[in-house]
Amino acid sequence: MPPASRPLVRLRGVAKRYATGTTAVTGIDLDIHEGEFVSLLGPSGCGKTTVLRMIAGLSEPSSGGIEWPDARPDDLGYVFQDPTLMPWATAEQNVMLPLRLKKVSSRDATARARAALASVGLGSFARSYPRELSGGMRMRVSIARALVTEPRILLMDEPFAALDEITRQKLNDDLLALWASSRFTIVFVTHSVFESAYLSQRIVVMAARPGRVVSDMTTSTVVPRPPSFRTSSEYAALCRAVSGRLIEATAA
Amino acid sequence: MSEGREETAVWKRFVAPLVVGLIVLGLWEYIVRSADIKHYILPGPWLILKTLVADWDTLSGSLWITLEITGLALAAAVVVGGLLAILFAQSKWLELSLFPYAIILQVTPIVAIAPLIIIWVNDTLLSLLICAWIVAFFPILSNTILGLNSADHNLVDLFRLYGASRWQTLRYLRLPAALPYFLGGLRISGGLALIGAVVAEFVAGTGGTASGLAFRILEAGYQLKIPRMFAALALVSLTGIVIFLVLSFVSHLALRRWHESAMQREN
Repeated sequence: MPPASRPLVRLRGVAKRYATGTTAVTGIDLDIHEGEFVSLLGPSGCGKTTVLRMIAGLSEPSSGGIEWPDARPDDLGYVFQDPTLMPWATAEQNVMLPLRLKKVSSRDATARARAALASVGLGSFARSYPRELSGGMRMRVSIARALVTEPRILLMDEPFAALDEITRQKLNDDLLALWASSRFTIVFVTHSVFESAYLSQRIVVMAARPGRVVSDMTTSTVVPRPPSFRTSSEYAALCRAVSGRLIEATAA
Repeated sequence: MSEGREETAVWKRFVAPLVVGLIVLGLWEYIVRSADIKHYILPGPWLILKTLVADWDTLSGSLWITLEITGLALAAAVVVGGLLAILFAQSKWLELSLFPYAIILQVTPIVAIAPLIIIWVNDTLLSLLICAWIVAFFPILSNTILGLNSADHNLVDLFRLYGASRWQTLRYLRLPAALPYFLGGLRISGGLALIGAVVAEFVAGTGGTASGLAFRILEAGYQLKIPRMFAALALVSLTGIVIFLVLSFVSHLALRRWHESAMQREN
């Protein structure tokens, strides 16, 4: 499904070496197109997070380049592995933060924060503090905060890794629904074969030591997923294929 | 059920230490009376209380002066300690070059420098204030620096991602993150300001024109008015306890909505 048009962001020969001498990633070539849902899948230590941080501009590549053919959007959403909320602020104040930093008027910001919270199903929890919310709800607040600026690209770093299976499946479905309705670009880092196969249109498999891309798979299945998808033979076959690539990658 | 538990908590916090205190005071009174200890050696609690009431006019004036020095020193410690911490958080260079001197100020015994300060500063009240401030400001400075630097790294990244200015990061992230640490420092400094005020006055001795509680203790000692000495001492202790309770309460009010330290757990 990825269009042949020019990509939203283009990584060419990107490498990251730390001052300690460790090479986190090397030779990353990757085009991410507008509207795609791409998963970066790999074992821990393969540099998935490093790639995401470099795309976000939080870290500079040691060599190679990251280009944004249509200029880097300054509305870029980032969801961390932990909810990363400010404990002293309510859910609404947390979601408002990006707008506040961009000096959006407080009336406008409040309205948009409310809408973002409603879109993740937390409309009635605007005044709750993070400690009063469950792990899954905190992650929803975190997603609402990333979406409140209506970003063109959403970068997610293993956002559901710490959640229980049931909560994770629910959040996966809700994320797909949000994506299907607005079609922003998502780069989703995960170490779960099942999660990547369920969510994405495209799976970029990475291997460790040094971190590199070993496989770039386009999944041909229908998105968003129908309710029966999790139990379908199609999904099972996809997981098997992705698993196979991952095993090859880690064995090599 | 939960109400019952809360009552238990109140009972534990106030009644238990009160009972212990009363038992100790009762024992003290009993020993003084039964062993017929002279009041100029060790007065009993009852005599101390009577002296406190009888000498209230003198003692309350001194209490007020000590309170004034303590309060002003603590306020100055909050302002200077807090501002220096913010300044240090803005520039590593400033912190590296100035922080060692703050430590020197902290580790030099106040008893050793108080005489110099009293000589250099003509005004007794002001010199006492400076001494109390030197003792009180360091915990606020070091705790606030720690707090300003302990903001969640991912949140710091998030602020960067949204192009937050230095001021915005300070205002919305570093200051709130530092608040629990600052309040912890404040509780320590409250007690230290009082100690600083009393110690400095001891060093200044009876030559001072300001007459706080330490002056009364010294004076009573010279005059062998031991019960009055104890009464002044009791006032110093009570002041310390009240300062601690007030600052703890302020800290609780500021943090109760979000910080672990101020939360009640339901089991």
